[in-house]
Amino acid sequence: MTRPATRVPGPLLVPAALGVAFLVLPLLGLLVRTPWSQLAGQLAEPAVGQALRLSLVSATLATALSLVLGVPLAWVLARSRARGRSVLRALVTVPLVLPPVVGGVALFLVLGRQGIVGSWLDDAFGITIPFTTAAVVIAETFVAMPFLVISVEGALRAADSRFEDVAATLGAGRWTTFRRVTLPLVAPGIAAGAVLCWARALGEFGATITFAGNFPGTTQTMPLAVYLALQRDPDAAIVLSVVLLAVSLATLLLLRDRWLGRAGAA
Amino acid sequence: MSLEASVGTRRGDLDLRVDVEVADGEVLALLGPNGAGKSTFVRVLAGLLPPDRGRVVVGGEVWDDGVTSRPAHRRALGMVFQDALLFPHLSVADNVAFGLRTRGARRGEARAAAAAWLTRVGLDGLGARRPAELSGGQAQRAALARALVGDPALLLLDEPLSALDARTRLTVRAELRRHLAAFRGSTVLVTHDPVDAMALADRVVVLEEGRVVQTGTPAEVARRPRTDYVARLVGLSLLPGTGAGRSVRLDCGAAVAIAEEAAGPVFAAIRPESVALYTTRPDGSTRNLWRERVVGATPHGATVRCELDGEVPLVADVTATSFAEMGLVPGAEVWAGVKASEVAVYAR
Repeated sequence: MTRPATRVPGPLLVPAALGVAFLVLPLLGLLVRTPWSQLAGQLAEPAVGQALRLSLVSATLATALSLVLGVPLAWVLARSRARGRSVLRALVTVPLVLPPVVGGVALFLVLGRQGIVGSWLDDAFGITIPFTTAAVVIAETFVAMPFLVISVEGALRAADSRFEDVAATLGAGRWTTFRRVTLPLVAPGIAAGAVLCWARALGEFGATITFAGNFPGTTQTMPLAVYLALQRDPDAAIVLSVVLLAVSLATLLLLRDRWLGRAGAA
Repeated sequence: MSLEASVGTRRGDLDLRVDVEVADGEVLALLGPNGAGKSTFVRVLAGLLPPDRGRVVVGGEVWDDGVTSRPAHRRALGMVFQDALLFPHLSVADNVAFGLRTRGARRGEARAAAAAWLTRVGLDGLGARRPAELSGGQAQRAALARALVGDPALLLLDEPLSALDARTRLTVRAELRRHLAAFRGSTVLVTHDPVDAMALADRVVVLEEGRVVQTGTPAEVARRPRTDYVARLVGLSLLPGTGAGRSVRLDCGAAVAIAEEAAGPVFAAIRPESVALYTTRPDGSTRNLWRERVVGATPHGATVRCELDGEVPLVADVTATSFAEMGLVPGAEVWAGVKASEVAVYAR
């Protein structure tokens, strides 16, 4: 028996197949051109390990920062009845569409030594942010947090708010309700958002190089290292790219079954 | 631990104005069609919806005074919703213990109390399960245990049985009746099913379009409905008219002979089993005899309930056999006879 409902119509099949090819072929090309014999040697380079470690640490810190700030923000966007919410949502999602370089410039103007906040930090505490690892984390958070906010807001909207009413009738105040009911209900959405956010932070380039610069060991993350290596030693760039690809894929695959799959089903 | 509520609030098209009092241990059923404002009213009582004005006092404590509204989580209440709404991420036992934990009980105490309540509602040994592993009836029992475990002053039941299938509803209703009898606080039960109201409530308040249209014991409301909605629920034909000695001149024009004297504006109520149907004009002593047309027929237990229209709008129950023999298809012309002594008359 054929199942007509599941057969893909011809006009959709061809573009869909082209789409798959378009997304997958460059990655295959990368793998084909990889100088596998040099792989071990390239990976042993201290600069590569340094860049990889910096990338993983800063992306993880940026994700943690995004969770701390982004989950409450998503709650406000999803639940608050305050006016100006749509304006707020638009503002929050600007970094999604803003060229990351522009974001880097903006961060520099605010947090740079001459910036509004930066000059005060410098005068009051002697803290300078640009061109430090902190700047990498800030740049990545700026670009990646909207992914988390949007994902968590969607999960909050989809969650049945009647459970919050039930919790209230059972003596739970707003904060207890949020902690013990709302948060567990949207946990799959938060996990999915955190993975997206982490992956986006890991790949961040434009805002980072503008705001944090490109100093090996402190601000040179993997994408920056790839870009630089490409001009000097293309084989090294390919190896670094493959490492980044492997880390991203491994993360997605590891988390997919545990959280993303459930979030998709819910 | 009594409830006194006098509430006024507007929600969209609904203009709700309700005054009720419920004594300790009393069960008040709020009966009414969808959109009458029943759920809005219990949400106000629960503190989930601040009223525009009014006063809610429970056991001497002021919950609403028209200016300030005590938030839901500071009200000593338990609430059961139509869908059990057990928290899906907690075990059944943790669901029941939830209200104790939020109110400061130790984990061990809360567990013990939850286990005791699970036994009381017949869910012994199911505490470790997830809510998704319970049947609808079991989930609603757990929800009841969760609402009652904190010994609330006020119990709110918002359509607690309407999501259950017919067979489960019977058993859960009987159990609910037992638990309500043991409950010392006040109970407000929202339902659109008159059977729930009759079986569970001490008193019934009928709510239509935001207003109380009738209050009384279940028996009174069933015997002497004051609106078409209730009359239809309890299966009566409700005929408004004016008493004129031993007859009532109906507002629809016809006259009904009655057994006792009546005067002024009255209702004449006729039970469906009191209406006899004939295909030809019968001889005999039946005082009320009207030309009718069958406009609808639905099976109702062992009988068929026929809706009639004509001189007087009526509902008649006939046996399935008679229904078939008389050929009572919609559109059929019949004579309907009602004895004068079978017509209940009461003041409007």
